[in-house]
Amino acid sequence: MKVLFYFLILPGFLFTAAAGLLSSWIDRKVTARVQWRVGPPFLQPLIDIVKLLGKETILPSTANKITFLLSPVIGLVGITLVSTLLWIMDANPNASFIGDLIVVLYLLAIPSISVIMGGFSSGNPIASIGASREMKLLLSYELPFILAILVPVIKSGGLIKIGQLLNYQAHNGVFAGSASGAIALVVAIICMQAKLALVPFDMPEAETELIGGPIIEYSGTVLAMYKLTRAMMLFTLPVFLVIIFIGGIELAFPAAIWGILKIVGLLVIIILIRNTNPRLRIDQAVKLFWGPITGLAVLAVVLAFLGK
Amino acid sequence: MSHKVTIPIGPYHSLQEEPEFYQLTVDGETVIDIDVRIGYVHRGIEKLAESMSYHKIIFLVERICGICSTSHPIASVQAIEDAGGIEVPDRALYIRTIVAELERLHSHMLWLGLAGHFLGYNTVWMWAWKYREIVCDLFEAITGSRQSYAMMKVGGVQRDIEDEYIPGLIKGMDDTLRALDMFKGAVLDDPVLGARLKGIGILSKEDALSYSALGPTSRASGVDKDVRRDDPYAAYDRVKWNVITQKEGDVFAKAVIRILEMYESVSIIKQCVQKMPKGSIDSNPKEIPPGEGIGHAEAPRGEVFHYIRSDGTNSPARYKVRAPTYMNFPTFKATVIGETISDATIILAAIDPCYCCTERKMTAVNQKTRKRSFTGDDMIKLSQEKTRRLYKRMTGKELR
Repeated sequence: MKVLFYFLILPGFLFTAAAGLLSSWIDRKVTARVQWRVGPPFLQPLIDIVKLLGKETILPSTANKITFLLSPVIGLVGITLVSTLLWIMDANPNASFIGDLIVVLYLLAIPSISVIMGGFSSGNPIASIGASREMKLLLSYELPFILAILVPVIKSGGLIKIGQLLNYQAHNGVFAGSASGAIALVVAIICMQAKLALVPFDMPEAETELIGGPIIEYSGTVLAMYKLTRAMMLFTLPVFLVIIFIGGIELAFPAAIWGILKIVGLLVIIILIRNTNPRLRIDQAVKLFWGPITGLAVLAVVLAFLGK
Repeated sequence: MSHKVTIPIGPYHSLQEEPEFYQLTVDGETVIDIDVRIGYVHRGIEKLAESMSYHKIIFLVERICGICSTSHPIASVQAIEDAGGIEVPDRALYIRTIVAELERLHSHMLWLGLAGHFLGYNTVWMWAWKYREIVCDLFEAITGSRQSYAMMKVGGVQRDIEDEYIPGLIKGMDDTLRALDMFKGAVLDDPVLGARLKGIGILSKEDALSYSALGPTSRASGVDKDVRRDDPYAAYDRVKWNVITQKEGDVFAKAVIRILEMYESVSIIKQCVQKMPKGSIDSNPKEIPPGEGIGHAEAPRGEVFHYIRSDGTNSPARYKVRAPTYMNFPTFKATVIGETISDATIILAAIDPCYCCTERKMTAVNQKTRKRSFTGDDMIKLSQEKTRRLYKRMTGKELR
C-alpha cells in the first residue's frame, strides 16, 4: 500500500503532474513575457489537459492499435517512476539501492522511446519521419549525457547510488562547484534541452515542418497523456540535475526555498535557451552532440579523473 | 535502398497562412521532387474588374493582396494613367512613394517574423511583429486604416498627408531604424541562424535569370533589377537610394536583402517627406480614351504588372494582373530539390509567397496525355449540371 501511495500520490504521479503543470505554466508565462505577450492564466495547462481528456480519441485506420494506445501509457509510467525514485532518495538518502543511478538513466530514455513507438505505430508518413528524427536525436544525446553523469560518479570515488552522491555533496560541497562538474552540468543542460524536445532540438515535433511529428495522429486522452508526460519531464529533469550536480533539495522549510530556487533556475535557463534560438536541422544536431558536446563531456571526465 | 514517400504540405498546413498545396516526394529526409498546386483561392479578380468602373477597380485590386495592398493599386492607376495619358501632380507622386515604402517596411518585417516562426524561433516572430506595429500605426494615422489603405486614385491620391503628421512620421522612422539595427545584429550575427540558413536553397544567377525570378528572390542571386530604378514611377527618380543585391542566392541572402532594403525604405521616406512640394494632389481626370496601358510597381515581393485595354467606356475591356509570386513559384524546382524536409519549409517561405495574389485562372491537365481535361464549355456544362442537381434537391422539380 505504501509503495502504491508513493507511486500514485506523493511523490509520484499526482505530485509530479501538479508540479509539471506548474513548470509548464512558468514556461509558457516566461516565454510569453519574453515575446511581449501576456501569457496564459495560471490554470491554463491544467485546463488544456482536462479539455483533452474530454475529447474523442480517434484511432487512425492505418495504426497498430495496441502499440498506438499503449505508447503514451509507457511514457507516462516511465517518467512517474523516475520522479518517485528521485524524490524518495532526496528525502531519505539511505533508501538508495546499488545502481539506482543507472536505473534512472534508463528510465529517463523511456518517454522518448514511447514517442518513437507511438510515431511509428500510427502509420502516418509524417509521424514516422518525426519518430525517426526522435530516434536519431536519442542516439546523439545519450552518449554525452551519460558521460556528464559519469563525472560526479568519478569525483565521488565511484559512488553509484544517488543517495551516496547526495551525502557526498552535503559533506564536500556540490559537484557543480568544481571545474569538471561545472562543464558536466553545462553538457547535461544541453542534453536536457534535447530530451525535452524543446527549441533548438524540437525537430521531432517541429510544428511548422512536421505539424507535431510523432504525435500528429494522437487526440483526446492519449494526446493528454503525451502532453502530461512532457510537462512532468519539464519538472523531473531539472530535479534530476539538481540532485546529481547541485546538492539536491532539502525538505525542511527554509532550506526548501533554496532547493526550489535551484529547480526554477534550471527551468529559466531551459526557457531562455528555447527562446533565443532557431530550430536546428537533425544532421546539425547529431554533429553538435557527437562533436563539440561529446568533446566537452570527455574533457569533463578527464578533469574529474585529475581531481579538478 | 530507396523508399519514396510523399509528404503533403497543404492544402491546409500550419506552415501556410493561405491554402495551397505542395507535394514533396522525399527519400528519407531528402526532397527529390516537388509539385506545386495553386488555385484554392481563385476569386476572378480580372473578370470582376472588367465589370467595374475605373474608379472602383482601384479598390478591387487593393484586395488582391492584404500585404502588398498598395503595390497593386499603384500598378493599376499607372496602367489606367498610361492608357489615358493622364498627368499626376508632384505632391501625389511623393505621397505614393511614401505609402509604397511604408508598405515595404511592414511587409518585410512581416516576412522576417514569419521566417523566424518557420525556423521555430518564435521570439523573432513576436519581436518583428511588435516593431511592425509602429508602421501599422503610422498607416492608421496617415491613411485611416492599418491595412488596405485606399490611398490611390487615377490621377493622384485620395488623401493628402497633412503637415501635422510629418513629425510623427519622422519619429516613427527613427524608431524603426533603432529596431532595424537590433534585428540586423540579432539575425545577421546569430551563429545558429547562420548555420540553418547559409548555403541552403541556393538559386544560382543563371537559374534566377532563366526562371525570370523577381524582387528580393532575384536580387539575392545577384540579378540587379528593380523596377523602381529601371523604369522609375512615383518619385523614385527624385530621391537617392540604392538597389541592394547579394551574390549567394541562399535563404540567408534573401533575409539580408530584406533587412537592408528596409534601411533604404526608411531613407526614401525621410527624403520624400523633406522634398514633398505643396500643391494639389489630384488632377481629376474625366475620361479614359480607347487604348492600352501598362503599369508596374516594385511590390515587396517583386514586380507587380497590370495591363488594361480601354474601349472608351467607363470600364476596361480587358484587365490583366500578374503578381510576383507567379514568377517566383517555379524557382522551387531549382531550390528545393536535393534539400532536406527541414530546409524545404524555409526555402518555400523564402520567396515570401503570396498565393491569393497569384491565383488567376487554372487549367486541369491530364497527367498522362498532357491534354486539357476540361475546356471552358465543359466547365459551363458542369456548372449547369450542378445547378440542376441542387435545384432538384431543394425543390424536388426539374430545372427547365
